[in-house]
Amino acid sequence: MITVKKLHKTYEKVTALNNLSFTVNDGEIFGVIGPDGAGKTTLFRILASLLLPDSGSAEMNGLNVVKDFKKIRKIIGYMPGRFSLYQDLSVEENLKFFATIFNATIEDNYHLIKDIYRQIEPFKKRRAGALSGGMKQKLALSCALIHKPEVLILDEPTTGVDPVSRKEFWDMLKKLKTDGITILVSTAYMDEAGMCDRIALMREGNFIATDTPENIISAYQETLWAVETENMPASLRDLRNHPKVKTCFAFGNRHHITVQPNLSEAELQDYLKVKGYANIVVEPISPTVEDCFMALTNA
Amino acid sequence: MKEVIKVSNLTKKFGNFTAVDHISFDVRQGEIFGFLGANGAGKTTAMQMLCGISKPTSGKGTVAGFDVLKQNEKIKKNIGYMSQKFSLYEDLKVWENIRLFGGIYGLSDKEIARKTNDLLHRLNFESERNTIVKSLPLGWKQKLAFSVAIFHTPQIVFLDEPTGGVDPAMRRQFWEMIYEAANEGITVFVTTHYMDEAEYCDRVSMMVDGRIDALDTPAELRRQFNAETMDEVFRKLARKAVRTDN
Repeated sequence: MITVKKLHKTYEKVTALNNLSFTVNDGEIFGVIGPDGAGKTTLFRILASLLLPDSGSAEMNGLNVVKDFKKIRKIIGYMPGRFSLYQDLSVEENLKFFATIFNATIEDNYHLIKDIYRQIEPFKKRRAGALSGGMKQKLALSCALIHKPEVLILDEPTTGVDPVSRKEFWDMLKKLKTDGITILVSTAYMDEAGMCDRIALMREGNFIATDTPENIISAYQETLWAVETENMPASLRDLRNHPKVKTCFAFGNRHHITVQPNLSEAELQDYLKVKGYANIVVEPISPTVEDCFMALTNA
Repeated sequence: MKEVIKVSNLTKKFGNFTAVDHISFDVRQGEIFGFLGANGAGKTTAMQMLCGISKPTSGKGTVAGFDVLKQNEKIKKNIGYMSQKFSLYEDLKVWENIRLFGGIYGLSDKEIARKTNDLLHRLNFESERNTIVKSLPLGWKQKLAFSVAIFHTPQIVFLDEPTGGVDPAMRRQFWEMIYEAANEGITVFVTTHYMDEAEYCDRVSMMVDGRIDALDTPAELRRQFNAETMDEVFRKLARKAVRTDN
C-alpha cells in the first residue's frame, strides 16, 4: 500500500506538486494520467526516494520514502521515463547487473519476467543501445522486476511506443498484477485509462479527479454529442460559432461537442444544413476519459 | 497538382538488413500526409532519406523538386523539420530561437525582424518574446517549434511525433495550426502514435516491415479493412509484421 499525505514540491517559481494526498491499495494498478509538465515524474521520483519533498510524507508498505530510503529501494522496482539501461552492456549483461545489485539471480525470479524476457531473449547478446523502442521497454521492465519488488513504479513506460506494442505492454502489467505486485504507472495517453483499476487525472501539480475510470466517466456533467459532416475542418469552426455550443474539439473522424441543455439535435442539424453541409450525423454519446479531462480542465 | 515528394523503390539496407524496402509514393502540394507504422517498421529511416540526411541504397526520388540521391543539401534548405525530442534550444530566449533558425535558413535580418513580429502576433506570444524557452509550458513550446520549422516558408515540413505528451486541448490546437499551414500551401508530412490524429490527415500510409502496405484516405482505409477506427486499421496491418521490432 502506498500512502501519500500532503506531498509538496516546488522548483523556483513552479509548483510541481501541490499538497498531494492519495492512497494506492495492494495489488492495484493505479494510473497517473496527465500531460507533460503535470508533475508525474516529480511525484514518482519522490516515491522512488530519488528526490526530497519540500513537505508532506509518503509511505510504501509502511516504509517512509525519506527516512527508510535504503529499505524502500529494496522493495520497489523503478522504471524511469528516459531509457535507464546501460547502453554499452548487452541485454543479458544489463539484466545480470540489475539482479546482482539487488543480491538476486536471474534464475530465482525468472518466472516473473519469463513472458516479457522471452521476447527479447533471442537478442540477448545485442547491446542495449542498439535495441529499438519496444525492445528497450521490455528490457527495462525486466530489469525493474528482477529483484521481485513489492511495488512497481513505471514512469511513462509507453511514451513513443506504437499502439500495438502499448497494448502488449498493458497486458504484461495485468499479468504482474495477478502476482500481487502493486503497480503505479503514469501515461500521457488518455486511452490507457481503461487499463487501470483506478486513475488520477493530473494537471499542474494537482489530482483533479481520482477514481475508477467508470466513476470518472459517470461523473461527467456535460451534454456531449458527436458530430460528423463533410469537410470536418470547416465544420469545426462553424460549430464553435453556434451560440449554444460550449466547446468543440476534433476526435478522430468525428467532432465532440458540449452543448447547452436547451439545444436540440434537430436544431443543430438544421443549422449545419443552412451552412451548406451534407451527410450530417449528430448523436449523443458517452464521454471518454479524454472528454472528462478536457471538461475538468475547462478546455 | 504539383507533387512535392515523389519516390519510387526507395530502399535502405544496413548490411544484410533491409530497413526500408522499395517504397514508392507521391505527396501533393498542400497535402497533410500521415506516415504511420509500428516501432521498427522503418519510418525513421525512410524519413531520414526524405530529409536528405541518409543516402538511399537504391531507388530514386525527389523532395521539393530535388534529387534524393544527389541534391540532399538543396533538400535540407527547402524543407522544415520538427520533432518532439529536438526542436528548440531550451537555454535561448523565444526571439533568439527564431533569430537562430531564420539565420540558418539564410533569411535577411530585415526579413527575420518583420516575420518575428508577425509570428509572435499570430501566436499571441508578444509578451513571451524574452522568455527562456525552457520555462514555457510544453504545449506552447510545440506551437513555437512548429512556427519556427515553417519560418522560412519551406515547401514541405516534416513533423516527427510532434504532439507526444501534449495535453488534449493543446494537441488539438496544434492540429489546427497544421491545417492552417496546409491551407497556405505548405505540405505536411507527419508521424504520430495517436490514431485519432491519423484521421486528420488527407492521406495516410502504413509501414510494415519496411514496406508501405497501405496508402489511402482514412475513410477509404477504414472501409478497406472493415474497421471502425484507424486504431483498428493499424492493429490489423501491424499483425502482418514478421520481423521483430529491430
